[in-house]
Amino acid sequence: MSRLSNLKTSRSIKIALGAITLITVLGVAGLFGLDSKSILEIGLLAMTPLALTAVGEVVNEKAGLVNIGLEGILLISAIIGVVGAEMFGNGYFGLLIGLISGAAIGFVFGVLSIYGKADQVITGIGINVFALGFIPYLFMVLWGVPGIRVVPVELHVPAFSIYLFRIHVVTILALAIAVLSYYMLNKTPLGLRIRAAGEQPTALDVAGVRVDKIRLIAAIYGGALCGLGGAFMSIGWFGSAVKEISAGRGFIALACVVFSGLEPLLALVGAFIFGLAGGFATTIAITPGIKETIPFYFVNMIPYITTLVVVTVAIGKKRFPRESGKPYRRE
Amino acid sequence: MKLSSRTKAVAQSLFAITIGLLIGSLLMIIFRFNPFNAYYALFVGAFGSLSDVLETLAFAVPLMLTGLTFAVGVRAGLFNIGAEGQMYLGALAAVVVGGNLDLPFGLGVVCATLAGAFVSLLWSLTPAILKVTRGVHEVISTIMFNWIAFWLTTYLIVYHFGDPTSAERSIRVLPSARYLVLFEGSTLTTVIFVAVAYCVFVYFILWGTKAGYELRVEGANPDAGRYAGIRDWKTVLLAFMLGGIASGVAGASQIIGRPPVWSFYATLGNVAGLGFDGLGVALIGRNHPIGVIVASIFFGALIQGSRYMQYNAGVYFELVRAITGIIIIALSVPEAITIFRKWARK
Repeated sequence: MSRLSNLKTSRSIKIALGAITLITVLGVAGLFGLDSKSILEIGLLAMTPLALTAVGEVVNEKAGLVNIGLEGILLISAIIGVVGAEMFGNGYFGLLIGLISGAAIGFVFGVLSIYGKADQVITGIGINVFALGFIPYLFMVLWGVPGIRVVPVELHVPAFSIYLFRIHVVTILALAIAVLSYYMLNKTPLGLRIRAAGEQPTALDVAGVRVDKIRLIAAIYGGALCGLGGAFMSIGWFGSAVKEISAGRGFIALACVVFSGLEPLLALVGAFIFGLAGGFATTIAITPGIKETIPFYFVNMIPYITTLVVVTVAIGKKRFPRESGKPYRRE
Repeated sequence: MKLSSRTKAVAQSLFAITIGLLIGSLLMIIFRFNPFNAYYALFVGAFGSLSDVLETLAFAVPLMLTGLTFAVGVRAGLFNIGAEGQMYLGALAAVVVGGNLDLPFGLGVVCATLAGAFVSLLWSLTPAILKVTRGVHEVISTIMFNWIAFWLTTYLIVYHFGDPTSAERSIRVLPSARYLVLFEGSTLTTVIFVAVAYCVFVYFILWGTKAGYELRVEGANPDAGRYAGIRDWKTVLLAFMLGGIASGVAGASQIIGRPPVWSFYATLGNVAGLGFDGLGVALIGRNHPIGVIVASIFFGALIQGSRYMQYNAGVYFELVRAITGIIIIALSVPEAITIFRKWARK
């Protein structure tokens, strides 16, 4: 009992420390003339695709699949989302199409890993390389331009303001999905099965549950969330699609997953930290008086350096599912 | 029918290539291109004449080296996808040395190449050290280093090593630091001998030395390594160092070993992407240094042929990289052939 309360105290201390750090960082930024509201607003936008992707991958990895093709899924769904939005003349449909395309790639990844017993890291690398070629090709055949497409304004799904603070509906959705995924994994029968598929697939099989189906559901879920994150970038955030739109975010999301030790809520925290780094970078790049002193080349490095630092410092003895990344073979 | 392991490996590669080309033709048909015309153009463009073959070989040079980077990693049980960024810095170092130091001919080439290899080696060491000391997964760290390398290199080209007469590229390397063109009018230079020699050298290290043997054992048997204690740090360092040198020379080869530009575009356009193409090269070559040489000629042909394909069949050359991705995915499924044969028998 006392151990439990200790655990709770230590968690609230950590939350308090986090909040204090955040306020200090934003305050110091303010002293340098950076708008802390802008950092937070952009930080939440930048957090959104990372959070969706990372939470999806947490569920995926809990079930025993490791998909490092997230970068490619983000890129493909960001562009397919725009294609969908233009086809249906509606930005929300674009987001949905992005989600579906992500789910489809997740499905293919799942089938290859589960039934084809694929080497999942290589499959993921293949997805990324495919996206690197397929997307520029798609730009040329669809729009005849090498690598940039501005989304028509009426198809944007923009952020809205609550008390002058701009926030995006997909951001709120991402927060909700993280909480729901946490609940689903830890409190529902499906969650128990997903965790068992990663830890003790044989036991799950003996109990009469199809390991392959559980893993496939997780793969589709992970792909779908990643796809939504991708479409959000082009339709909800930037308002344009470029062929480098994912810019390493799939791998930053993987860093969130590692950081989280496969807890959806911690993955969200990780996404927030990395998102904030992005918010910093963008705010520095647009603040007069500061943007002239630091070349934007260095500003652009901030998210990647932050990721390296956080992963290096935060990685400890995180425990991952026993059967993670390994195909399940029935005896 | 029982297949020997080598026949099986070759069969798997050929099977994956077939799948890649089939799905590639599907992507052409969707957008109303004729795949027969396209593949015919691709083949003619790559092997149609002696000069085409020379161009194919010229493209194979950087690919066999970046392929080697990934292959050595896989042999050690690592997924080092940092060739791309290491290559940027290798190319930059070759520009800086080759563009500033006016040395006698042979010495200039050697110094510029070594500079590329050395800087790239240094760049690849940090992910290796993070892996050894903190357990940071190399996929995440190398990708982050790729992006940092991208911005660092473009910054240095634009701010410090830019050509005063042309904003879009770096200074040119001096003639004394350029590899000799092998045949008049082609872009194939003597750098190909360096690339092949390095592949053979790595083959010798992996199969002829104790350190190489340990590296392969670690890679083939990660569980044994894990239960025996911590991953052998020497293996990780050796794999990253051999790979870093290869990528650095790959980057340098595109600057000091490829006419006619002899400088580095600020967009990094003359090296960008070759690092990722190396992943496909390594896997098709079954992560074997000699296999990598063969596979690099195949991928060199794809790149060289794709330019001709775009010109003559209208199919954009970017499709070739999508096909590479499909080939990699097909290769990731080792039982693909078995499944296919079962299915075909039905």
